[in-house]
Amino acid sequence: MSQTDHIGKGPNRVDGPLKVSGTAHYAGEFNVPNLAYGYVVNSPIAKGKVVQVHADEVLALPGVLAVYSHENVPHLAWFDRSYKDLLAPGGSPFRPLHSPDITFNQQPVALVMAETFELARYAAALLRVDYEQEKHETNLETKRTEGYLPGGGKLGYAPPPPPRGNPEKAWKNADQKIEAEYTHGAQHHNPMELFTSTVEWLGKDKITVYDKTQGVFNVQRYLTGVFGLSKDNCRVVSQFMGGGFGSGLRPQYSVFMATLAALELKRSVRVTLTRQQMFSIGHRPNTLQFVKLATNPDGSLASLQHHALHETSLFEDYTENVVNWSGMQYQCDNVKLGYQLAQLDVYSPQDMRAPGAATGNPGIEIAMDEMAYAAGLDPLEFRFRNYAERDQNVDKPFSSKKLRECYREGAAKFGWDKRPLEPRSMREGHLLTGWGMAGGVWDAMQMPSRASARITADGRLLVLSGAGENGAGTYTIMTQIAAETLGLPLEAVTFELGDTDQPQAPLQGGSWTAASVGTAVKNACDALGEKLLKLAQKQKDSPLKDADYDEVEFVNGQLRLRRDPDRAVVLRDLLQASGVTQVEAESTALPNMLKQNGYSLHSHNAVFAEVQVDEDLGTVRVTRVVNAVAAGRILNRKTARSQVLGGVVWGLSMALMEETIMDHKFGRYVNHNYAEYHIPVNADMPHIDVLFVHEDDDIVNPLGVKGIGEVGMLGVTAAIANAIFHATGKRVRDLPIMLDKLL
Amino acid sequence: MYPFTYSRATDVADAVRDKAGHGASAYLGGGTNLIDLMKYNVEQPAHLVNVAKLPLDKIEDLPDGGLRLGATATNADTAWNEQVKARYPMLNQAILAGASPQLRNAATNAGNLMQRTRCYYFYDIETPCNKREPGSGCSAIGGYNRIHAILGASEACIATHPSDMCVALAALAPTVRVSGPNGERSIAFEDFHRLPGDQPQYDNILAEGELITSLDLPEKGFAKNFTYLKLRDRHSYAFALVSVAVGLELEGNTITDARLALGGVAHKPWRDKSAEQLLKGQPATAETFGRVAAHVVANAVGQGSNDFKIELARRAIVRALQQATEGRQRATDAFLNSNP
Amino acid sequence: MSQLLTSAPHRGGLPAPVPTGPVRLHINGETRTLQLAPWTSLLDALREYAHLTGTKKGCDHGQCGACTVLVNGRRINSCLTLAVMHEDDDITTIEGLGTPDNLSPLQQAFVDHDAFQCGYCTPGQICSAQGLLNEGRAHSEAEIKELMSGNLCRCGAYTGILNAVQEVVAAQGEMVK
Repeated sequence: MSQTDHIGKGPNRVDGPLKVSGTAHYAGEFNVPNLAYGYVVNSPIAKGKVVQVHADEVLALPGVLAVYSHENVPHLAWFDRSYKDLLAPGGSPFRPLHSPDITFNQQPVALVMAETFELARYAAALLRVDYEQEKHETNLETKRTEGYLPGGGKLGYAPPPPPRGNPEKAWKNADQKIEAEYTHGAQHHNPMELFTSTVEWLGKDKITVYDKTQGVFNVQRYLTGVFGLSKDNCRVVSQFMGGGFGSGLRPQYSVFMATLAALELKRSVRVTLTRQQMFSIGHRPNTLQFVKLATNPDGSLASLQHHALHETSLFEDYTENVVNWSGMQYQCDNVKLGYQLAQLDVYSPQDMRAPGAATGNPGIEIAMDEMAYAAGLDPLEFRFRNYAERDQNVDKPFSSKKLRECYREGAAKFGWDKRPLEPRSMREGHLLTGWGMAGGVWDAMQMPSRASARITADGRLLVLSGAGENGAGTYTIMTQIAAETLGLPLEAVTFELGDTDQPQAPLQGGSWTAASVGTAVKNACDALGEKLLKLAQKQKDSPLKDADYDEVEFVNGQLRLRRDPDRAVVLRDLLQASGVTQVEAESTALPNMLKQNGYSLHSHNAVFAEVQVDEDLGTVRVTRVVNAVAAGRILNRKTARSQVLGGVVWGLSMALMEETIMDHKFGRYVNHNYAEYHIPVNADMPHIDVLFVHEDDDIVNPLGVKGIGEVGMLGVTAAIANAIFHATGKRVRDLPIMLDKLL
Repeated sequence: MYPFTYSRATDVADAVRDKAGHGASAYLGGGTNLIDLMKYNVEQPAHLVNVAKLPLDKIEDLPDGGLRLGATATNADTAWNEQVKARYPMLNQAILAGASPQLRNAATNAGNLMQRTRCYYFYDIETPCNKREPGSGCSAIGGYNRIHAILGASEACIATHPSDMCVALAALAPTVRVSGPNGERSIAFEDFHRLPGDQPQYDNILAEGELITSLDLPEKGFAKNFTYLKLRDRHSYAFALVSVAVGLELEGNTITDARLALGGVAHKPWRDKSAEQLLKGQPATAETFGRVAAHVVANAVGQGSNDFKIELARRAIVRALQQATEGRQRATDAFLNSNP
Repeated sequence: MSQLLTSAPHRGGLPAPVPTGPVRLHINGETRTLQLAPWTSLLDALREYAHLTGTKKGCDHGQCGACTVLVNGRRINSCLTLAVMHEDDDITTIEGLGTPDNLSPLQQAFVDHDAFQCGYCTPGQICSAQGLLNEGRAHSEAEIKELMSGNLCRCGAYTGILNAVQEVVAAQGEMVK
């Protein structure tokens, strides 16, 4: 029996003991000697110019080291391309401290450096800045008719597919139809850890940057481009990240500021943003959605139209895939999908957990609920009648799709069959109970990735890849993959990540890390395995003589022949006998385009939610959620479950609480703190059941894994909104559903 | 945060003297609001007198049958005090509905009275605010005002007092004892906080240098028929949109005495004595409750994003009166207190 | 039309920073004397001066609980208290509860129940849970949820946190249901 089968089980996180003991070090926790501290000053206006920065006044304070602004920042890279990171959308990236022009409220305008954090904070408060204010516009409502099609896209952006059939005619001719508008305001990622960079000065133009980022190579590319450093002299490290959710995909102005100051002061520097400043670094955009649906008499969809308009900045065309999902989620021959942007005097939006899908999903899934009611059908039955066996957007089959099983297993666990169709039919005193459901779909992606593996004579394996750990469990699943590939116990394996000195990994996002880095780790370990086999075969009287690599397996610390497990060598004995100190290998993993090209690659889920609404007071309590997920192979049941649990919390938050409120008079967010930007607390938690539906897929990648971080959030918001309708008979289309909308 | 000097007072006289000896100074209790505001540069004292460790942390019986809550007793120690739990459970529930366990462990009773509004614009020094910067204007009027006042506001300020504890105190009507450069005095709780008028920079009537030393609760605690109902945007760790404290005395189904106070609706904890009079002698019925609730909000004015609070407050009053009549504390937020 | 505006207008000059002085803190059973000015929060004193970075800064305003430490056994937000206020107090941080090789029962329960993802709120959650145990007032699931609500977790690990705390409360024989 194998004791080294780790994949699919649920071992504890290997980095757990560090995290629970306060010994995992985040970016702001490298207390290198002689640190100088920076504090950023932000614009109080949304549009205009900086006329003057009165730096001299605060420089007079003992201990204040420097004030940087556009007035004195040294010559940096000239061309836009130097500032373009891997996830930059079309347009010109924002350049901090570059010009006097103010294009959004809370734009950073100066950096104050001082001997201590407290002094830098104080000096920043004293710094007088004169502004010339111009009229701004931050209200998306004023741009309803001014939407435009984005020009250039960004990594992962796909324009909506061309229309199919004749959706408008089909809609007009149908008996049963609905038409509605769905909206939500801006939302901010708000990871628990503040954006921080500690830049260690190592002598002439050589630095190590400890940054909060979801991509050390992206930050290195940005810093080398902007500051003209060589890669050798600009090492970027991020071993732990206190939550990202997309906010760390692009380099933030904190790392620009810290690097600038370190190079100028020739000294180690730390810059930490405040929670308020965390509302100036990108957001899920304020979005308006318009959906039209119609059904045939048999309950099949006759027409599906979904259009979205969202804000972007004046300088970049931020794009995300909002509506495309609707065209693949249901079988329908008359489909029109539209997507437009509108420019406002705000900062560029930024990918935020399940970008695009988290927006479009509530749009289409609340509309589907409305359509089901208009057609007199149970919402789940309605989805079965419109199940898409094929991705009509691209006219390809799915590599695998177990959504039907998600619906069935989720419904069974939830007890959906006992649901009365009529709203307001479950009451206990003033509490109305409602049940709602929705489904979700997300891409299964794989990005190019590299990893190395090294085994030493003591039998310990070290695996490296410059990936990220922001809570998804990267350390743990990579350790499992490596250990299983080479037949080792988890304790014998160390996986290290988050360092540009390591083999290159992609950005940590899009739910692609398991597939991308996981495959690279497996490949590197297999490459190492082949070397070990050769080493074994060099031994006198080797029991594995003439065996091919695919005829052997690594199990329980042994290398053995599959068909005759008695013909085996003990790995540690082999290493010691052969006299080598170590064996290493490096490998690249690329998606197998040849294999994947004919297929649509996606993960799916189905969510069922129960709410209780106080009819008089409008208060909502979510009491139960079942989230059934089909995402290929589950590498670690414990950490995967946690990701889905977190997804439920995010969906609940979006349904009931989250919104960054813009005061259009100032063009400034007003609830820019954790006290008034509400995210759920423990007391808000429902009972949550997570089901993983078995799904085999050997097309998507060699591991058969699809990723779980985004899909687990989908469906939740709509299921809750639909449950509230079922409870109260009130259809709320403007998220979040706070109590006043139910009074 | 601006720089400040710091001292720790040894007794009340020392504290009053120390503060008077410095210009722009402040008393420092638990610090949970003052340090918060100093970090936002909203408060800029040049000197802090730490009074948190003065011997004012006792909770003790008063000869008249009341209970003295020491000024520096923490909110947590007050809420969980056996006397408070038994005799003033409304206060226990109100305190526990506020903030978080960590904040309640640090925050003092006096500090709870002294906490300032949570108005977004008051907190953001880049926006005009008459409370922070008299004469600069009120950004909340015509701005985003979900958490703002519907009762007793002025053209200068529509901020609310954010406390939960003070709403129960308004209903229980303690005396606030203070010491200052001119000696000691007692202030009725209902007089302690003020409405904004044209001087919203003043939250209360304390004179310069005065220090709260205790809250003296009267004997009557409404321990049988009471409720504290809090409505907010999440189920814990959020400020009240509307809260209602109710204490009733009943003979059969007839209300013989009543207290009614609201939170989240005004510049001060909003006790409505005329509503209390309307309740007295009336049967505890839905009809009575509806009439009284309508009376309380009759003069309420919405500001746009807080318009809903008028209807919410009306409904919350009815619910709170029902709950108090039934003699059960059942806030919809359901803090289950299994060891009262 | 443009309008001129100046941010941060000073009211009466630029007050000079206040000099530092020795502040004696008992942290995790050890007496440390740090050179601090009054304006240094307990949180910054721990992280930037005592180099105990286990205590986290999530908001710096008492709105998230990531900075929770135990002072004389009681949980408080270290961001909203000044270091100078805690001379002679006993301060326990996450580092004082256990080490990676010798985890406390709560720390082990957090690992076993996967009660975290990114780990950034975790030291505050655990210190808060330790405070909850010290208080002895949480006996049911609903009470644990309410009394752990002073700690935000953006990853949404609340179910694991509840289960971890439940396990330790139950092991102490204090669980009602």
